[in-house]
Amino acid sequence: MMGKFYESTAHSLREELAGNKASASGILTDILQRINAVDSEIKAYVRVSETAAKKAVSSLPTGASAGSLAGIPIALKDNLCVKNEETTCASRILKGFKPPYDATVVKKLKDAGAVLVGKTNMDEFAFGSSCETSCYGPTSNPHDTSRIPGGSSGGSAAAVASGTAVMALGSDTGGSIRQPAAMCGVVGLKPTYGRVSRYGLIAFASSLDQIGPITKDVEDSSLLLNVIAGHDEMDSTSVTEKDMPAGCYMPASDYRQFLKKDVKGLRIGVPKEYFGSGIDPDVLKSVNDAIAVFEKLGASVDRSLSLPHTEYAVSTYYIIGPAEASSNLARFDGVGYGFRADQAKDIIDMYTKTRSMGFGDEAKRRILLGTYSLASGYYDAYYLKALKVRTKIREDFVEAFKKVDCIVAPTTPTAAFRIGEKTKDPLSMYMSDVFTIPANLAGIPAISIPCGFTKEALPVGLQILAPAFREDVIFRAAYTYEQNTEWHLRRASI
Amino acid sequence: MEYEPVIGLEVHLQLSTRTKVFCGCSTLFGQSANSQTCPVCLGLPGSLPKLNAEAFRYAIKVALALGCEVQRFVKFDRKNYYYPDLPKNFQITQFDKPVAFNGEVILAYKDAPKMIRIKRVHLEEDAGKLIHEAAGAFSLVDYNRTGMPLLEIVTEPDIASPGEAYDYLVSLKAMISYLGVSDCDMEKGSLRCDANISMRPRGTSGLGVKVELKNMNSFKNVRAALEYEAARQAKALISGEKISQETRLWDVDKESTASMRSKEEAHDYRYFPEPDLVPLVIEKDTIEDIRREIPELPAAKAARFAADLKLSEYDAGVLVSDSRTAGFFEETIKLCGKPKAAANWITGGMMAEANERGVGIGGLGVTPQGLAGLIDMIEKGAISGKMAKDVLTEAIKTKKDPAAIVGSKGLSQISDASALEPIIKSVVEKNAKSVGDYRNGKLNALGYLVGQVMKETGGKANPALVNELLKKIIERV
Repeated sequence: MMGKFYESTAHSLREELAGNKASASGILTDILQRINAVDSEIKAYVRVSETAAKKAVSSLPTGASAGSLAGIPIALKDNLCVKNEETTCASRILKGFKPPYDATVVKKLKDAGAVLVGKTNMDEFAFGSSCETSCYGPTSNPHDTSRIPGGSSGGSAAAVASGTAVMALGSDTGGSIRQPAAMCGVVGLKPTYGRVSRYGLIAFASSLDQIGPITKDVEDSSLLLNVIAGHDEMDSTSVTEKDMPAGCYMPASDYRQFLKKDVKGLRIGVPKEYFGSGIDPDVLKSVNDAIAVFEKLGASVDRSLSLPHTEYAVSTYYIIGPAEASSNLARFDGVGYGFRADQAKDIIDMYTKTRSMGFGDEAKRRILLGTYSLASGYYDAYYLKALKVRTKIREDFVEAFKKVDCIVAPTTPTAAFRIGEKTKDPLSMYMSDVFTIPANLAGIPAISIPCGFTKEALPVGLQILAPAFREDVIFRAAYTYEQNTEWHLRRASI
Repeated sequence: MEYEPVIGLEVHLQLSTRTKVFCGCSTLFGQSANSQTCPVCLGLPGSLPKLNAEAFRYAIKVALALGCEVQRFVKFDRKNYYYPDLPKNFQITQFDKPVAFNGEVILAYKDAPKMIRIKRVHLEEDAGKLIHEAAGAFSLVDYNRTGMPLLEIVTEPDIASPGEAYDYLVSLKAMISYLGVSDCDMEKGSLRCDANISMRPRGTSGLGVKVELKNMNSFKNVRAALEYEAARQAKALISGEKISQETRLWDVDKESTASMRSKEEAHDYRYFPEPDLVPLVIEKDTIEDIRREIPELPAAKAARFAADLKLSEYDAGVLVSDSRTAGFFEETIKLCGKPKAAANWITGGMMAEANERGVGIGGLGVTPQGLAGLIDMIEKGAISGKMAKDVLTEAIKTKKDPAAIVGSKGLSQISDASALEPIIKSVVEKNAKSVGDYRNGKLNALGYLVGQVMKETGGKANPALVNELLKKIIERV
C-alpha cells in the first residue's frame, strides 16, 4: 500500500510494518518521493544516499531478528561520520572527506535496522543558530520558506518537519537540537552529557556536545534514544552504570516505560530569569498557556524559582565553546584529508591558504575568539574565569532541583526569523540561544516540544529541563503535555 | 671570573606497552609506513582518545622508582601547535596535574654521592616522523610513531657538569632497565634527551639565562653538546656579551650548537584541560600494588653485591648498570657459587664483546650455565685460565657450549700425575744440564724444564702439577 507514510511517526510506522500494512521499501519510496517533491525548496539535505538506503532496505532481516528501528528512514546531521560516505560539517574544508569508520550512533542505528536516507544541512561546524553559515547555503523553514529553520541542526529539524525523514539525529552544543526543533515545530532532545557516545561526532566543543533525537513526537524521541544511548568504551566521557547517581535509570533501560500520562504531584519550576525582557509576546503567551495546562493536570508550579547566574551563560559559553573549538578545528590543515589550497610556497603558507579558503567567516570568528581566550596572559581572565562561572551555573541547577522535579521555560526568545535578518549581527544571533545554553553548561538533559504558534503561524517550543540522568522526568512531563494538547499533530504547510 | 654550568635535563622515554597510549594500535618498531594507524592516532575528525591503562601503570611505576610523590588527582591537557607530524595539531600531554612530582636520582660517587632532584614525571603522546624527499618539493609523514606513549622526566637544575649529566643518564637508564618499561635505546629513539644549561659565577647561587639544547642522539653527544655550550657561554660572558634565551641544535658533524629559535619565536602552546579525557583519581591501593611490582633497583643491588659478595664497588657498579647483565651474573653465581670469578669474566671481557656487537650480554650466545661450567672447569683444574679465554672466544664465535668445546677439541688439561710422570722423566733425562743447574741453586732452570713439559704435551699439562712433579722427580733422582 502506498500512503502518506512521510506524515507518520516512527512508532506508528512500526505498528503498520508489524501488521503488514506497510513495507520498508514502500516507506522508503514514499520518503524519496517526498524529498523529490519538496527538498529543492527546503534544502534540508546536503546529500541523499538513495542507493545505500535502498540496499539497506533490501538486506533487512525479517521477523524477530529485525531491529527496533527496522525500515525507519532516518536523516543524519552532516557532522556524524558514516563509513565511506562524505561527511563535511557543511564546511568547504572537509569537502570530499569520507571517514573510514562509522560513528558509534551510526553503527547502532544500522544495527537496529534504521534506513539512513542522507546527511542534513547545518551551520558550518555547528557554529550558528540559523543554518546560514553552511557552505551549501541556507535551509528553509517548512512552516515559512522565507525563514530560517534554526540551527545548527536546522537541516535535521526541517527534514522531520517537512516529512523528508521520519526521524533525525542532531547535535546540541548550546541549543543546536532544541532551538531548530522549536522553530520547526518538532521534538528535539538533548540528553544528559555522557548519555550518548560522541565517538564519530565531529567535535565543536567536546565538553558541551551531545547527540540527540529530532522527532515528530515524544514517543519517537524515546524510541530513538533507546537505540543511541549507552556506554561506549570509545568515548571516555560516556557514562557507565557506576557513574550513575542513585535514583537514576540505567543506560540500557527502555525509555518508553516513562511515557506516562500523569503529572499529578510533579513539581515544576518556572525560573524568573527566563521570562524577562526580549521575549516575543506570542512566545510568552504560548509558554504561559502550557504552564497552565500542567497546573490543570495536577502539577504544582513554583514561579519564584531563581537561577541567578543565567545572565552569564551566553558569555561563558562564548569563551568555553570557541576555546575548545579552536583546538578541535586545528586538525583541518590540508595535510591528511579534505580541502588543500594549491600553490603553497611552504608548509606555513599551505596552512594559511587552506584555512583561509576552507573556513567560513563564523568559523574563523570562533577560532580567533578561542585562540585569544586560551593565549598565555589571557587564560586566567577568560577561560579559567569561564570555567568558574560554569560551575556556578551548574550549582544553580543543583539548588533548583532540590525544590522542583523539572524546569519549564521557553526554548527560544522568538519564533523563526527571516533568512538574512541576523547574519550581519553575530551578537543578536548568539542571543537566540540564551535559554538553551545553560543546559549544556550544566550537562543536564532538556527537551523542546511544540506548544503553540505565533500570529504568523510559526511554531513555538516549550523547553523542559531535568537533573542529570533524569530523562525519565522529561519524558513523563513532555508526554503528558503532548497527549493533552494537539500542537504536535499540526504539520508544516509545505 | 670563573663560571660554572647549571644544567637540567628533560628525558623522553618511549614506554614499551603493546599498544599506543590513546588507541589500540600496535607499537612495533620498524613496520612499513602508516601501517600501525587508526582513526584515533591519525586524529581523524570525530575520533576520541582512550587512555591505555598499561601505559598509565608504567608511568606510575617509573615515578615510584624515582621516589616521586604520585599524585592522587591526575588530568591530561592539550598543548596546541602546528606541525605536520602532529595530526591533530595538538599534543595530549599533562600540564599542571601530572602523574608525579618530586623524586630523586642519586649518583653514587665514592667520595660524595650527588642527588639530582626530579621535578616532575608526566605521560604524553609521541608525534609522527617526517620523511623529507631528496628533491625538496614535498615531505612525507609516517604516523606509525604517532600516539606512542612517552614519559617525560624532568630534573631540577641540579646538574653541575656535563659529566654529571652523562652519569645521570646512565643511572636513569639502568634504573629503567630494571622496571622493564622501556627499551631505553637512544638510537631507536626510545630515549631522547633535551638539556637546559645556563652559567653563573662559580660559587654563587643565582641562575643565568638558560639555553635549551636539542638533537643529541647519544649520551656521549649530550655530554659533548653541554661541554661545547658551557665553553661557548663562558667565553661570551667573560668577554662581556649577554646570553640570549633560545633553543639551539647540536650538530654532531660540526661538533657545535647553532641557534634554532629565539625566545620571541617560542610557541604559545595555549594549554587547556583535554575535554575528551576525564580526570583520574588514583586509589592508594593501586599505587601500593604497583609499588610491589618494583624489583630490587640497581643502587640497592650494587650495595648488596659489594657487602654480601665482597665485590669491589667498581665491579658491583658495572654489573648493575644493566638489568640483563645483573641478571646474567646472579644466574651464573647461583650455578657455580664463585662471585668474584663470575664478575671478572663478565666485566673483564664479555661486556666489552657485547657492547662491540651492540647486543645485551645474553646476546653473545653464552648462557649463565655455560659460563658457570667454564668457571667450574678452571676451579677443578680441568683447564687453565688461558685455555678458558680461548674457549670463551670460541663459544661466542660458534654459539657452542664451552664444555662441549673443551670436550670436542680434547682441550682438557692433563691433571693426571700418572699420565704426566713418564713425560717428565723423559724431559729430565734429556736435559741433564738444566737439572744440574737447578740442583746447583739456579732455581730459574726449573722454568725451562716446565716449558719443555708443556711443549711435549701441546700445552695441555696442568702447570702447577708439572711444577710439583718436576721438583719431586729431580730430588728423587
